[in-house]
Amino acid sequence: MPEFEWQFTLVLLTNGIMIGLMYALIALGFVLIYKATDAINFAQGEFVMFAGFIAAGSAEILGAPFWLSAMFAIIGMIALGFGLERVVLRPLIGRPVIAVVMATIGLAAVLRGAATMAFGAGTRAVVMPVSDEPLELGPVMLPPVQLVGAGVSLVFLAAFTWFFLKSRTGIAMRAVADSQQVSMAMGINVRRYFALAWAMAGIVSALGGVVWGTMLGVDNQLALVGLKVFPVVILGGLDSIMGAVIGGLIVGIVENFAAGYLDPYVGGGTKDFAPYVLMIIVLMIRPEGIFGRRRIERV
Amino acid sequence: MFHRESGVFKTSYAADMALYPLPIAKWAVAAFAVLFIVVAPLTLGEYYISILNLCLIAVVGALGLNILVGYTGQISIGHGAFMSVGAYTAANLVTHLGAPFWITIPAGGLMAALIGALVGIPSLRIKGIYLAIATLAAQLIIEWTINHVPAISGGAQASIQVPRPTLFGVQLKSQVQLYFFLMGFVVLAIVGTANLVRSRIGRAFVAIRDQDIAAEIIGINIFRYKLWAFAISSFYAGVTGVLYTYYLGIANYEQFQLNVSIDYLAMVIIGGLGSILGSIFGAVFVTLLPILTRWFLEDYGWLFFSQSDLLNAIPNLRLIMFGGLIIFFLVVEPEGLNRLWRNIRNYFRVWPFSY
Repeated sequence: MPEFEWQFTLVLLTNGIMIGLMYALIALGFVLIYKATDAINFAQGEFVMFAGFIAAGSAEILGAPFWLSAMFAIIGMIALGFGLERVVLRPLIGRPVIAVVMATIGLAAVLRGAATMAFGAGTRAVVMPVSDEPLELGPVMLPPVQLVGAGVSLVFLAAFTWFFLKSRTGIAMRAVADSQQVSMAMGINVRRYFALAWAMAGIVSALGGVVWGTMLGVDNQLALVGLKVFPVVILGGLDSIMGAVIGGLIVGIVENFAAGYLDPYVGGGTKDFAPYVLMIIVLMIRPEGIFGRRRIERV
Repeated sequence: MFHRESGVFKTSYAADMALYPLPIAKWAVAAFAVLFIVVAPLTLGEYYISILNLCLIAVVGALGLNILVGYTGQISIGHGAFMSVGAYTAANLVTHLGAPFWITIPAGGLMAALIGALVGIPSLRIKGIYLAIATLAAQLIIEWTINHVPAISGGAQASIQVPRPTLFGVQLKSQVQLYFFLMGFVVLAIVGTANLVRSRIGRAFVAIRDQDIAAEIIGINIFRYKLWAFAISSFYAGVTGVLYTYYLGIANYEQFQLNVSIDYLAMVIIGGLGSILGSIFGAVFVTLLPILTRWFLEDYGWLFFSQSDLLNAIPNLRLIMFGGLIIFFLVVEPEGLNRLWRNIRNYFRVWPFSY
């Protein structure tokens, strides 16, 4: 039945695009930090989880409506971003890569422990005030939550692209990432922009937490979404917002196709596996990714 | 290691490179050997010995990872997976061929070294964050492969039963017997690492860590030595995996997941990068941390938590302390426990005239 096959492919493709855009939203937080501070955030998944916990917790415990709990998540994550930059990341400026990597891994452990301790181990729900009825477009069913998530992603991706290209703050941030010393000499307050970058990543993670929390429910498994960030950013290029979108789309589509076409043969689990294989190939051929900037080392 | 000296009086390179810089160092090492080989097994109970065994196994793995991270300056978030490679190699050799430990341990190590070197190949082109992510991918891919290939994992729940090793016709049933068995490998690992890092290979590793481009210019084949570092480090990891399998009596991929890789990285960082003593400190510290936390909370937890919260709080507090300590050491004392120990030693070196 060739027609059925075609529909199946279409469903996989649309799902892949939707999920991919939502991956891009999380990857955006990662890219923001890397672009502005040259630091790698291995705790991105935990950021998203923590934001989800704030949103779900404030809704359930305080009975806050959706918009208010989302606001709480955003404010909480901004504060967290500022605080962490101050306490953890700032002393590590200029230290080897492994120091920053390990610090964020440690941060991930702390956030996971703290969130579970504060909000309990059970799964909480974030309830977005949209209908549960999936939108039917021919053979494709689209849950409104995914549409909202993808929409939020696109809006923010566009906003940050504009921000980095045109706004004064964004340009200053790019300058800081390029060379901290030169930026300082040009009168840029480097520390302020570092803090700002972490706060912005906090905002993005808060939105990611609300969207993903609505889709999957909030518990400490939500942090595993963070593992998908790495294939996304490596494919797209660590310092490219456009790369985050394209990388997200590729990962979303690849994992859906892998799940659809390979799972029946190998017995499941290819969804989590395929993006990493793709990533290894990219690392071998073009380590800086599709849109990343090639760095030339000079002696 | 555990000695005092009043100044540097070395007149030859041989004296500078000696394993025991002072005669008293020999005595100190001998005293510790007696403490750990005679006193500890005689006085401690079975349960405490089993905890010591866990520490011993961790020391081997931490030494291996320190060769890669501390001495060569590469990074690996895949060491848990390399351990599982060693573990499953040994488990399959035992179940299919009935191989004794003196075959399974080198075989597990070599297989892990092979896989580790394969994973290390990208390290020629990529470094830092990219290498970290590549090894993370290796961790996940190896985990998935073991879990999904019944030929490796033995089918049911990806676990294989492995009997305890036999030595001189005696099966090592008690923890004390296992303790001596493991102690032998720990000594081998320590001596091996100490000799490796002061050899030509070890000096090449340090040169690559300090400035890889400069190292290349003075004629070090970076690619070869990076692969060596990955292979040797993974060999240690493989051996650790086999020892752990013997200790548990079962090879199971769940014992070697991402968090294990992170635990070992934490050992190297908390202990001290590029230091043998530091690896030992770190391994013991990170192994004991969850156990001590649990003991403490079981005895004094009621001061802070209600009884119902306590059971939930223990694993979470462990996570918080674990992560918090990593951050603390990175921010406050980047050279780790080893540095703290050296500070203490230097203080007492000229004590009581420390002005």
